Amino acid sequence: MYSQALNTEEASSDISPDADRFQACIDDEQRIEPNDWMPDAYRRTLIRQISQHAHSEVVGMLPEGNWITRAPSLRRKAALLAKVQDEGGHGLYLYSAAETLGVSREDLQDQLLSGRAKYSSIFNYPTLSWADIGTIGWLVDGAAIMNQIPLCRCSYGPYARAMIRVCREESFHQRQGYEIMLTLCQGTTEQKAMAQDALNRWWWPCLMMFGPPDTDSQHSDTSMRWKIKRFTNDALRQKFVDATVPQGHFLGLNFPDPDLRLDDASGHWQFGAIDWAEFRAVLAGNGPCNRERLEARRKAHADGAWVREAALAYAAKQRIAA
Amino acid sequence: MNTPLWEVFVRARNGLAHKHVGSVHAADATMAVQAARDVYTRRGEGLSLWVVPSNEIVASDPADKDMLFEPTGSKIYRHPTFYAVPEEVGHM
Repeated sequence: MYSQALNTEEASSDISPDADRFQACIDDEQRIEPNDWMPDAYRRTLIRQISQHAHSEVVGMLPEGNWITRAPSLRRKAALLAKVQDEGGHGLYLYSAAETLGVSREDLQDQLLSGRAKYSSIFNYPTLSWADIGTIGWLVDGAAIMNQIPLCRCSYGPYARAMIRVCREESFHQRQGYEIMLTLCQGTTEQKAMAQDALNRWWWPCLMMFGPPDTDSQHSDTSMRWKIKRFTNDALRQKFVDATVPQGHFLGLNFPDPDLRLDDASGHWQFGAIDWAEFRAVLAGNGPCNRERLEARRKAHADGAWVREAALAYAAKQRIAA
Repeated sequence: MNTPLWEVFVRARNGLAHKHVGSVHAADATMAVQAARDVYTRRGEGLSLWVVPSNEIVASDPADKDMLFEPTGSKIYRHPTFYAVPEEVGHM
């Protein structure tokens, strides 16, 4: 999964020999490593982006976890379990990368649980049927891959390395999702209708995953100059639509967009207007599942408190005995 | 109290060195190895794991990079290509 471009980026006004050397290093496609000098705004932007990305992975386990006990076969159940486990792992790679910037895991967790940190809007939508699991793999992970592949070349070394691992694992996610959709679409009329219903509900929220249109983002050039970001939100969104529409047509499904058409001149699929009011409402905490997701995370954290305490107490006791 | 941080190193196969892959939080060394196994080796990435308490690692300061490493830049006589060997002698 991934963190969308919901960061309010910071303008860098740092003019010093250090800042010049830093930018020269980035322009030269070199990587920045944890103890290297970096502008404060670069550090803050990365901490926010990487931790939001980590939170998205962790919260992203919830909508899919909802179907583990109801997967239609042992094969599907094993795959879904592995996928949800991967999302947890991706969250941990990313927390680990964020911590190299000098922030503690406990602080990051606290930011999520207190509601101060954001995570991807897509995970605030419910998974109502088994077809939603197929759609999430196909579309949500598909969108994530579009966004994450350029992040493998991010200027910050630990983030780029974490993304390489994530991307390697993510392609199984998308393929297993598409396979679920293919099976449903080749099945009974009811199964195909279920697939169509899931696509109808997830298509627009997936397009929103790429973040606000380029015309709305004021400091996009700072992240581009720092090579944290390499493509604009709209460019990635278009790439996703171009890749995905033929896959949907192969399934025999219809996209819920009457304006969707192939532009012969450019070769791109043009799509209708996105409802940005919905996007802003979900980000502001008013999506269908925002409260449920945070409550689930808080409960898991509180329920695990005695385990963390017991493990630390045992470790302390062993040290004394040694 | 915060759970200690451990750096994780994985040996992909015998013949290769352990390579740093990331970090985990764990109360003790045994749990750190278990966590590292779950987080970093879900797809046959390795045959051996090291976990090292992060605060036990002593690192050079990037600011000392030039002082430490630049002097070797001028010592080109440490490389084989510095020495001329006639072609007739062949590969050496």
